[in-house]
Amino acid sequence: MLHEDVVCPFCACLCDDLKVETDNGTIVKVDNACDLGNHKFLTDDDHRLKEPIRRTPSGWTSATLQHAIDRTVEILLGADRPLLYGWSGTHGEAQSIGVHMAEVLGGVIDSTTSVCHGPSILAIQEVGHPGCTLGQVKNRADLVVYWGANPIEAHPRHMSRYTTYTDGFFLDRAFKERKVIVVDIRRTQTAEVADEFILIKKGGDYAVLSALRAIVRGKSDMIPATVAGVTKEQLLRIAEMCKKAKFGAFFFGMGITQTQGKYKNIRNAIELVDELNRHTKFTLTPMRGHYNVYGFNEVCTWMTGYPYAVDFCRGMAFYNPGETSAVDILARKECDACLVVASDPAAHFPKDAVRHLGEIPTVQIDPYPNTTTAFCELQIPVAVTGIDAQGTSYRMDGVPIRVKSILNRGYPTDTDILGEIYRRIKEAKRV
Amino acid sequence: MSELLIRHACVVDPVNRISGEIMDLAVRDGRIVESVSDRAEVIDAQGFLTMAGGIDSHTHICGTKVNFGRYMSPEDMRAGRTLKKGQMHSTSGYSVPTTYGNSYRYATMGYTAVLEGAMAPLEARHTHEEFMATPLQDTMANVLFDGNWPVMEAVRDRDVKRVAAIVAWVLTAVKGFAIKITNPGGTEAWGWGKNVTCIRDPVPYFEVTPAEIIETLIRANEILRLPHSVHLHCNNLGTPGNYSCTIGSMDVAPDLNKERQSLYVTHVQFHSYGGTSWKDINSKAHVVADAVNRKPHIVIDMGQMMFGKTTTMTADGPMEFNLYKLHHNKWSNHDVELETGSGIIPVYYSRKSIVNSVMWAIGLELALLIKNPEQCLLATDNPNGSPFVKYPEIIALLMSNPYRQAEIATLPPETESRISLPAIDRELDWNEIAMMTRAGQGRALGLRKLGRGHLGLGAIADIAIYPLSIGAIDPSKEYTRVIEALRLTRYTIKNGKVIARDGEILSNRNKTTIWVRPKIPEQHRMDHDPDFIRNFERYYTVRMSNYPVQEAYVPESTCIETEAVW
Ligand code: SF4
Ligand SMILES: [Zn+2]
Repeated sequence: MLHEDVVCPFCACLCDDLKVETDNGTIVKVDNACDLGNHKFLTDDDHRLKEPIRRTPSGWTSATLQHAIDRTVEILLGADRPLLYGWSGTHGEAQSIGVHMAEVLGGVIDSTTSVCHGPSILAIQEVGHPGCTLGQVKNRADLVVYWGANPIEAHPRHMSRYTTYTDGFFLDRAFKERKVIVVDIRRTQTAEVADEFILIKKGGDYAVLSALRAIVRGKSDMIPATVAGVTKEQLLRIAEMCKKAKFGAFFFGMGITQTQGKYKNIRNAIELVDELNRHTKFTLTPMRGHYNVYGFNEVCTWMTGYPYAVDFCRGMAFYNPGETSAVDILARKECDACLVVASDPAAHFPKDAVRHLGEIPTVQIDPYPNTTTAFCELQIPVAVTGIDAQGTSYRMDGVPIRVKSILNRGYPTDTDILGEIYRRIKEAKRV
Repeated sequence: MSELLIRHACVVDPVNRISGEIMDLAVRDGRIVESVSDRAEVIDAQGFLTMAGGIDSHTHICGTKVNFGRYMSPEDMRAGRTLKKGQMHSTSGYSVPTTYGNSYRYATMGYTAVLEGAMAPLEARHTHEEFMATPLQDTMANVLFDGNWPVMEAVRDRDVKRVAAIVAWVLTAVKGFAIKITNPGGTEAWGWGKNVTCIRDPVPYFEVTPAEIIETLIRANEILRLPHSVHLHCNNLGTPGNYSCTIGSMDVAPDLNKERQSLYVTHVQFHSYGGTSWKDINSKAHVVADAVNRKPHIVIDMGQMMFGKTTTMTADGPMEFNLYKLHHNKWSNHDVELETGSGIIPVYYSRKSIVNSVMWAIGLELALLIKNPEQCLLATDNPNGSPFVKYPEIIALLMSNPYRQAEIATLPPETESRISLPAIDRELDWNEIAMMTRAGQGRALGLRKLGRGHLGLGAIADIAIYPLSIGAIDPSKEYTRVIEALRLTRYTIKNGKVIARDGEILSNRNKTTIWVRPKIPEQHRMDHDPDFIRNFERYYTVRMSNYPVQEAYVPESTCIETEAVW
């Protein structure tokens, strides 16, 4: 059976033009996706955990779904300070149940945001965010800047769908008319296709952004001959390109959010874009990673007021990343149980934090075994959103798209499992 | 079958010409009926003020920019927190509360239906997700058409039928309620960092004027026989001297509908400024009010500004950037491909500022100078003029000249020569307040016949009972009692069920989302139009098949089907 306009549940480009052929409950062919998308669809079957598993003194053994849910409920109800972490690889409806659950439990909920674009959010909370949907860039931008981002490897269709290589309404020969600037600390694949590549010394983003801001403000005489390895001549040229553009689009990735300067870098980038808006049109978009990491921020915000790292222990939402974010709570050994949903913290968190995960009862709800599995007491496999579960996902620019279910592999969805756990918790708490 | 009898209600229901009569109200299965059996649940209203549930015909409570207002403002979230309690979720936010915060606060103020003022069609799914998490009000969404490319192309071709067909397709696809135009043409120009100054400026590239967009959409609206009229946020918001642009925009509107207005002009306070700069800004409310008095086919809402902290958010991207350049606080912007834009900045309206004082006076002047209260509805463009929790104060100001004079006395003395408020002694009565807060909204939104905004037989039993014996107090003198009473209902009843009592929320969920599906001749539908489809697939970044909002997003749905006159 051929499914058209399928949405790819891999990266936050959220390409929705895939053609997927299924036959007898398996995916046999995928068209239009990039390698990452292809891989997700075509190898999905090989990696799935078949049934719930639980750890015993003698190793892993299978568990019934009933037992797995009972035990999860028991762990969560027994905890003083449960942490509900992950969420970027599932649909919004499941995320929403997670937030409700955290509230009833008086626990902490956080998403992978705190280890990717958390700093971007902190910067936005200071100075705002001049953004747009990706179609604005596609149809108008004659200048695209990728800063600390390597879309060719991390968001392979970003350039062909939304920026460099796509047609645009207001551009006659889009590919020729659009200029691309790439800024990074190493010559990435994306740098190879840039019209201008700015090679910055490691940790120099803040200084280079400041220099550009100064030039745009007409203060170029104060710029030294080189800034973090970039020549003044190049900086002047870049600033001129930006000011001359009819529509400039600035994209930034983890090469700038998670390196020296962190949120200060982003604040500086936003203020540069703000400055450029006094000369021409300029927008800025974070290159969000997981296909629905932004969705968690949206859901958590309309429910609690805050995009991530929300602590309900006071009976209302309290937010203070650095204190209420998962890594910190784990490293301080503060939480006494953890529910991991749709992410793999053990693969990304610092050692101390991961060690604590192994010391407390940790349950993982995830379709696949992963690094975190080794630190869990229990894992419940679920349907994969975008393959055998449907729901809402938010693209990196905030456009919400309904991700589809194209076959049935007999797994419950995140919504089913979390809904049942939440129901049981409410029952026990008499709410 | 569920039955409810409300005894000793002091009913104010202008639609049915009931003005403060003590009577019983019988409710069966969510509707007002003649009588109920003696098994009915009984509520004693103790002679308190009883009106139909409040309807907010222009507010920002759900969707992309509202949520971004929360996202970027943890300081605002901290400023309004409540604990989880009983059925109530915890809430955050003062000027942009969380969805539950909005819903609970509206419910305890007696509001049972709200119209989200601006939904970008491409992001409609988001608005509906938040509607689902707004459990106690019926929700509707204005759909933005100010910079819609296919619409502007059809306007340029003078093809009003095609405009109607596009609108029909979009409204149906996004499950929207009405046509909204925010700074027509200006949001498209903002895609290039530009703007239009008023209704005669051509939109870059598309070569249509705002006036043409407004007029054609009004005609298309009536071809589709939509319940509501076109809902207009005029060009040039918040600029000294903009009143003439506002009047010019009103002049564009033909009178095409006998049952309601043909044009709804929103937050007119922000559009009634005289003067040439911030230095000499003054009120032109009397001129605008005169125009409205002469045009029964226009309805406006006040867009009242109240002093204090709030967040401004609108689809009017260029206006927000200009405002940002004045305030230097923080600025977010979000342009939406082929459709519209939006911007957000936090603001503080100070009574020490002459400009803000003039703004405050203008909203009140409009309401007091427009003769028919159904032509000037009460709203603050929540949260732009102020958060909706200030409605009780606004009502008290409208009912009490002494209250107004006391407030005027706190403003900079230079204000007085720029406004006419000090000389206006009109005091509105409860009938007029009911018209400005529910009855008028019922009419303006085209929902009166569907039983909204009044308490006649067959009406939907959305009822607000406020702890106030109106016969025993003089609102002119005892305005603080009016404010207290309107802040918190004794009972808020929705579909015949009590959802709030004395500030406590008693229901998990009681709502529907109202949307429209206009039917047009099959051969004109955009789903079969090769041009429309080709351009859609070429220039949008989502596939046309993935664009419509699925049924899953309106689990409680009231679809109004209309038959177009083609
Ligand atoms: S770019 Fe991202 S969303 Fe698009 S196909 Fe590749 S992995 Fe999937
Ligand atoms: Zn508005």
